[in-house]
Amino acid sequence: MLFDKYLKNLQNLLPLISGQKIKNEWIINILSQHVPFVFKFLQKHINTRFSLLSSISGVDFVGKDYRFSVVYDLLSTLYVQRLRVKIFVNELTSIPSITPIFINANWWEREVWDLYGIFFEKHPDLRRILSDYGFEGYPMRKDFPLYGYIELRYDENHKRIVSEPVEFSQEFRFFDFETPW
Amino acid sequence: MVIKKDQLVKQIKNFTINFGPQHPAAHGVLRLVLELNGEIVERADPHIGLLHRGTEKLIEYKTYLQALPYFDRLDYVSMMAQEQTYSLAVEKLANINVPLRAQYIRVLFCEITRILNHLLAVGCHAMDVGAMTPFMWAFEEREKLMEFYERVSGARMHAAYIRPGGVSQDLPLGLLDDIFQFIEQFPLRLEEIEELLTANRIWKERLVDIGVVTANEAISWGFSGVMLRGSGLPWDLRKMQPYDVYDFVSFDIPVGTNGDCFDRYLLRVEEMRQSLKIIQQCINNLPEGPVKAFDKKITPPSRIELKHSMEALIHHFKFFTEGIVIDPSETYTATEAPKGEFGIYLLSDGTDRPFRCKIKAPGFGHLQALNKMTMGHMIADVVTIIGTQDIVFGEVDR
Repeated sequence: MLFDKYLKNLQNLLPLISGQKIKNEWIINILSQHVPFVFKFLQKHINTRFSLLSSISGVDFVGKDYRFSVVYDLLSTLYVQRLRVKIFVNELTSIPSITPIFINANWWEREVWDLYGIFFEKHPDLRRILSDYGFEGYPMRKDFPLYGYIELRYDENHKRIVSEPVEFSQEFRFFDFETPW
Repeated sequence: MVIKKDQLVKQIKNFTINFGPQHPAAHGVLRLVLELNGEIVERADPHIGLLHRGTEKLIEYKTYLQALPYFDRLDYVSMMAQEQTYSLAVEKLANINVPLRAQYIRVLFCEITRILNHLLAVGCHAMDVGAMTPFMWAFEEREKLMEFYERVSGARMHAAYIRPGGVSQDLPLGLLDDIFQFIEQFPLRLEEIEELLTANRIWKERLVDIGVVTANEAISWGFSGVMLRGSGLPWDLRKMQPYDVYDFVSFDIPVGTNGDCFDRYLLRVEEMRQSLKIIQQCINNLPEGPVKAFDKKITPPSRIELKHSMEALIHHFKFFTEGIVIDPSETYTATEAPKGEFGIYLLSDGTDRPFRCKIKAPGFGHLQALNKMTMGHMIADVVTIIGTQDIVFGEVDR
């Protein structure tokens, strides 16, 4: 009830695509070009005041036109309310960085870039963060295999770490219990 | 060759040093690139990811139950707090009601976990700064607490005790008596530690006015937990968005005033006292009853049932092979872990495996403010600030 009113109000002020309530959590969908405006608004407006960015996560819905969704979890310490903002993009489209608005978006965006390869425009420092120096590929994408492509080991002859393509002594097994036949 | 004085061009460059990744004060595998002007830190660039194990990726290939033990291993000093977050998230997605006794047991053990974590945080922080003794005393108390873990789950640290739908088994006989004995003697141990630190001149010189964060800065950096409360914001998810039985127990939220490292130290000590209060209330109010949800699609049947009932045997087999099947839905569930807001963004897609499980670790958010917090401080204060942030790399790197 409250959410419906709130959403209607927001829709008058912001370019939202849609809004929904799942498990009593508020979710709104926006387009990527509206990101800086919407986040500035949500952060500063007296009725929203979502001034704390909890996290940014990427999700890969492989096979869809817009295969990635980037999910921003906002928290309003004033109104004790959380809001989730979702944006759908594909490999080619990018999202404006919100680092000028939320300082701590910096690392979260770096993480999404590192793991999913979603590009953030005008990010001050878009380096890889969690994966190794010189790593290639985007490991959290659904089409990236669980065991990756290369493995590292210490070579006693060369006295250094060498990287080689992965080799399995046993084939990777994945049981699908949903459809046993 | 004679060098004339006016030919000498003074070019002073900042000195860049590499701190870690194998430094004992880095609390694990933190690599810091520090740009120093004399002894003053101009810039700190943390390089993380050296402990990246791909937990989120692995969870996508595991059933909901198999994914649970990964949460112990994220922040390996506050194990059950994370199990609880994950369990709450799964329960929210699958609409599971947890029996009251299980909720009390969860809160009881989460507060034990909080003491466990803060003892390590305070002890290691003191050791980083130069006080060896509190560390030893804190670890003796930790040992006792981990014994409670062991008695209830069989494992000292990675318990996998709190599970979706309740807890894995009921408390053994006599455990509550021993926990009560512990909380009777623990305030004295805490006082001993405080006696060494709180009024200690060296400790204060190292901590007071170091790494000051104002309330506004704390919010804009997305801080949570002690880091936020230390700056004067009374924000605690246990009070603000209560989960399990936190709304049935009474406790206070200590709040700092200056937002420096010393305030955060005092907060951690006070939070341990408050945890004792909660534990005592849990022991007193612990109701009788089951410790698991009744739905046998959610929790496994007991061993005794297995011997008699065909139905139970089938459920047991299906539960441990296929697991819990959850309809497409999503949730962001956050709890007040000892280090701050630990959140899980869990996406289900109608199968027995999570489609996506994003882990929002508090340490990740805190560590990125390290540059801001250390700027202008001495290099020795970097260690103090890493200590006060209570960084554990299991959760930062995931």
